[in-house]
Amino acid sequence: MNAGRELPLFVEPEGPAIYTVSELTDEVRATLEGAFDDELAVRGEISNFKHHASRHMYFSLKDEGAVLRCVFFHPANTALRFAAEDGLEVVARGRLGVYPPQGSYQLYVSSLALRGEGGLMAALERLKKKLAAEGLFDEERKRPLPRYPRRVGVVTSPSGAAFRDIRNVLSRRWPGIEIVLRPTRVQGEGAAADVAAAIADFDEAGVADVLIVGRGGGSLEDLWAFNEEVAVRAVGASRTPTVSAVGHEVDWTLADFAADVRAPTPSAAAEIAVPVKEDVAAEVAEMRLGASASAREYVDGLFDNVSEMTGSYGFRAVPRRIDERLQRVDETAARAARAARGALAGFRSCYAEAARGFRALSPAATLARGYNVATRDGATVKRAAAAAPGDDITLNFADGRRAVKVIDGEAGSA
Amino acid sequence: MPKKAKPSFEEDLGRLSEIVELLEEGPDTLAEMLALYEEGMAITARLQETLDEAATKVAELSRGDDGELALEDREED
Repeated sequence: MNAGRELPLFVEPEGPAIYTVSELTDEVRATLEGAFDDELAVRGEISNFKHHASRHMYFSLKDEGAVLRCVFFHPANTALRFAAEDGLEVVARGRLGVYPPQGSYQLYVSSLALRGEGGLMAALERLKKKLAAEGLFDEERKRPLPRYPRRVGVVTSPSGAAFRDIRNVLSRRWPGIEIVLRPTRVQGEGAAADVAAAIADFDEAGVADVLIVGRGGGSLEDLWAFNEEVAVRAVGASRTPTVSAVGHEVDWTLADFAADVRAPTPSAAAEIAVPVKEDVAAEVAEMRLGASASAREYVDGLFDNVSEMTGSYGFRAVPRRIDERLQRVDETAARAARAARGALAGFRSCYAEAARGFRALSPAATLARGYNVATRDGATVKRAAAAAPGDDITLNFADGRRAVKVIDGEAGSA
Repeated sequence: MPKKAKPSFEEDLGRLSEIVELLEEGPDTLAEMLALYEEGMAITARLQETLDEAATKVAELSRGDDGELALEDREED
């Protein structure tokens, strides 16, 4: 091999200038870094992605022919708006530099963006898979919404059509509803974090029975905040039940999957969140009537029994009076409570009166019809055997008493 | 923070429907019937209060300088 030329054993003095490794690397660094702009953009596919414990990200960008090492430092990488992963087509911006300890050049990344709609969709699918695997979208996690919320929390932009629609539908369906808006950015940088903070605020303040989280329609990019991990996780973690309402019918976001209920539009979310008050009012009115009718029936039944036992002694007037009272309760819906209290007071005194009447009136009326009652020493003589010949007893008539002496042991012999 | 002393609309509505059912079945005593009826009417009055409230309120939740979350009435356009 290498025939004809023998390699030197020692350094030849007439050879080229000798660098140390560091010197050469410094030269390379100066040359390389001087040859490129401070910021350049490179496109390629992510590979060997590692999110190190130091929270810095290390990966390569590659295409068919080459590989470029990249590093994305913390905390700059916290602004990343998608889950970086192997296989994603991206454009990285940054500064090209040399890393002497490894004798390598690499891209010091300052921002990383998905390439086009296809890139967004790919990232979305990946994050969806990841969160689904964690169980964040499971049916078992879904909670029922309260049926009659007093306060509805809304996480959206204060200026968008979405809030206007939500407010209009809520107050049309349930006039008097309390709406609490937590104004939020809904697109662009920081929007996802703002949405997450808003949801946490509602949990902290405890001022909403149900939350509507969303925004109006837009492009995939416009809706992106609701696909970002921080927002999706916040929706899933909300202690207040959530309805998500992002975009139009055809749009979906990962936040929709994490919410307890997904609504196709903000207006639809409002319809899901509260019932129609008129329906509920009708239901209440029906129950009130039902209660009154049952109560009246009960009292009627009671007096029917009394009447049966006593014959017709003019008790009829009493249930009728109670009827009238109860009917008045029915008629004055708004004053129901007051009227009911009045009715009940009357009700009670009527019943007491009736009871007294039963005791006091009954024997008197019977005597008036020509019957009389025999007593001895104040006690009723109920049986013939109790009145022996020679006994002194009293006969009680409707208009007075007479003392009599029993003459004979047999009736009809007098 | 709202006080939890007052039963919720939902709880009231549930109890009222229970009372209606109990009254329909017919209580054992007049006293029981009166108690149910009275309770039912009190609940109805409470429900009606909520149903009669017609003015929708819109408030804004925001964090003040003291770091506390607070509700403020929102000016409507």
